[in-house]
Amino acid sequence: MGALRTEEFIVNMGPHHPSTHGVCRLMLTMDGERVVNVEPVIGYLHRAIEKICENRTYPQCIPIMDRFEYVTSMSCDYAFSLAVEKLAQIEVPERAEYLRVIMLELNRIASHLLFYATTAMDIGAVTPFLYGFRERELIIDLFEMTCGQRLTYNYIRIGGVSRDILPEFVPQCRKALNVIKGKLSDYQGLLNENPIWKARTKGIGVMSPELAIAYGVSGPNLRATGIKFDLRKDDPYSVYDHFDFDIPLAHNGDVFDRYLLRLREIEQSIKIIEQALDGLPEGEYKTKIPFRFKPPAGEVYSRIENSRGEMGLYILSDGSTKPVRVKARGSSYNHLQVLPEVAKDCLIADLVATFASFDVIIPEVDR
Amino acid sequence: MNVTPFVLLELQPVFIWLYQLLEKIGLSGSWLTVASYTGLSLFLFGLLSVVALFLVWWERKISGHIQQRYGPMRNGWHGWYQTIMDGMKLLLKEDIKVVTRDKPVFFWAPIIAFVAAFVAYVVIPFGKGLIVADLNIGILYILAVTTFTVISLFMAGWGSHNKYALLGGMRSAAQVVSYEVPMVVSILTVIVFTGSLSMVDIVNSQSGIFFNWFIFRLPFGPIAFLTYITAATAEANRTPFDIPEAEQELVAGYNVEYSGMKFAMFFLAEFINMFTVAAIATTLFLGGWHGAILPSWLWFLIKTLSIVLLLMLFRWTYPRLRVDQLMEFAWKFLVPLTFANLILASWMKYARWYW
Repeated sequence: MGALRTEEFIVNMGPHHPSTHGVCRLMLTMDGERVVNVEPVIGYLHRAIEKICENRTYPQCIPIMDRFEYVTSMSCDYAFSLAVEKLAQIEVPERAEYLRVIMLELNRIASHLLFYATTAMDIGAVTPFLYGFRERELIIDLFEMTCGQRLTYNYIRIGGVSRDILPEFVPQCRKALNVIKGKLSDYQGLLNENPIWKARTKGIGVMSPELAIAYGVSGPNLRATGIKFDLRKDDPYSVYDHFDFDIPLAHNGDVFDRYLLRLREIEQSIKIIEQALDGLPEGEYKTKIPFRFKPPAGEVYSRIENSRGEMGLYILSDGSTKPVRVKARGSSYNHLQVLPEVAKDCLIADLVATFASFDVIIPEVDR
Repeated sequence: MNVTPFVLLELQPVFIWLYQLLEKIGLSGSWLTVASYTGLSLFLFGLLSVVALFLVWWERKISGHIQQRYGPMRNGWHGWYQTIMDGMKLLLKEDIKVVTRDKPVFFWAPIIAFVAAFVAYVVIPFGKGLIVADLNIGILYILAVTTFTVISLFMAGWGSHNKYALLGGMRSAAQVVSYEVPMVVSILTVIVFTGSLSMVDIVNSQSGIFFNWFIFRLPFGPIAFLTYITAATAEANRTPFDIPEAEQELVAGYNVEYSGMKFAMFFLAEFINMFTVAAIATTLFLGGWHGAILPSWLWFLIKTLSIVLLLMLFRWTYPRLRVDQLMEFAWKFLVPLTFANLILASWMKYARWYW
């Protein structure tokens, strides 16, 4: 009997697949269970966000930027506002900056909780999915209380924030943070020492620091490889230099490190928010900008650290009410590109785990 | 022990009375055999369908409470007839057939799965005297017929003409065949001691106080029980060994192309298989229907449902193993352990170091 004839075959993972959240399509060349090649096919969620912004006035762009990356839409609002403020040299009141930091960090926690939920589910543990969502709900309630929205907040505006927080915000926020602090150990108790979880995540999807830098990987995915780079420390914006916090670091660059690093970032975010709540100054929450707001002609690039990595925003202005060109840099785009390198020659289950641990958000890739 | 008020609740006299009733109305010979077995099989089918429907509901409630939610709440008290409504929905749904399917294979796969799930119950003693046929090769018969499940899963994967389904079918074939080995060896440990393959003999050898249950035969009883439960979880395709239908990898695995009643047949067969492995574990390791005070069939149900509960807790707590880790676990850990256990048990039996 001769050798068994085998052949590689192509599996279209997505655009409708339970573990490619959103509509990512991965063309997998498979040899049985082994993934020979991964080819991401993007564009299923293209909404022309950058083009739409060209036809809107500057304040009108902010709701559009909300949709750029709807899991941490506060940070998109903020990146846009920061760019415009840099361009027009608008002074922002300190209270507004504190409120922005509180909201940004709350949004980072919410995003990392979502990461915990979905990654655990992609590796087969269904229960943490509900746990992550339960605690995220506390934060979403805070946002709803402040700006009336649960997903696309439109809260951070040019020159400040859209409205002041309610008096009951501060106690409720502290309460929510205490709950999340307590639950973090539960989360880790459920998975960290679980032998199946360790077998599925340790040493899987290893990304070297060189590879990460070559592909422009940023955020927790970069810090999991051992490179300490966080724009909140390295290129401080807003009032982050007022607070005392650490940048968690890991060294193996595998799925487990990326998972644990994000949980440790939640702790640091809680620390920042508590300091911000303690030192919240009185005063205006907004600088008035004229109704027909016209920044001077010129170009500007702002970059911030959102929950996934470096979020950059470039604006070209000709001095009219509308931007000539808006270009957003989403970190998920780089993270999706590095996936074929990291996930080459692994099993399909490892591909799912690696993809989930990158925390790629498809709207950010497709714009 | 037999003199309790609950002894009146034993079901054996009811069946004897029914049999005599059939005799009284004039049936005899082969007609009597046909009539009694037809009645019994219909009764078993109805009973097991109810059990499967109950298990689906129970699993949803348990998963809900583990996950801090309620589960089904709308249909009846705590949604008790939710699965009946779901079943009706599936019955009325269109049976979508893929054009490129392999027609006979696609058609027969759910039927074989369904039948294979039911036939094992012929030799399971539900209570004192409650067994359809006391075959002298009872446990061997169960092992033989439950293996049909893997054929049906592979047929479903092949017949669907879908890559995800094919991968799921391949996985299930590899998994079930691998885990058959430790499962059978764990069961052999019991058989070495009872010296019989008959389910009734196995149960009777564990009568008396509950220290006679096989799980308490130290040291190999607990080991055999744990290896059996582990292997049986894999046999029933439950998390952490549910790779054939791993949702996050293969969407739904082998049943991705099935809809309507055919899907429901796979689904119910899965839950009946879970009940089967729990029933076998009860019979072999937990003394079957033996127990004090309560009627025997109730003891059987309590023990079986406890094991089902254990399997459900596994499912809603653990992540899923990868396919190669699953194989390594079977061949590098479970198989040596069960064989060592079997050798130890045989040696102790030979040396008569047991009670």
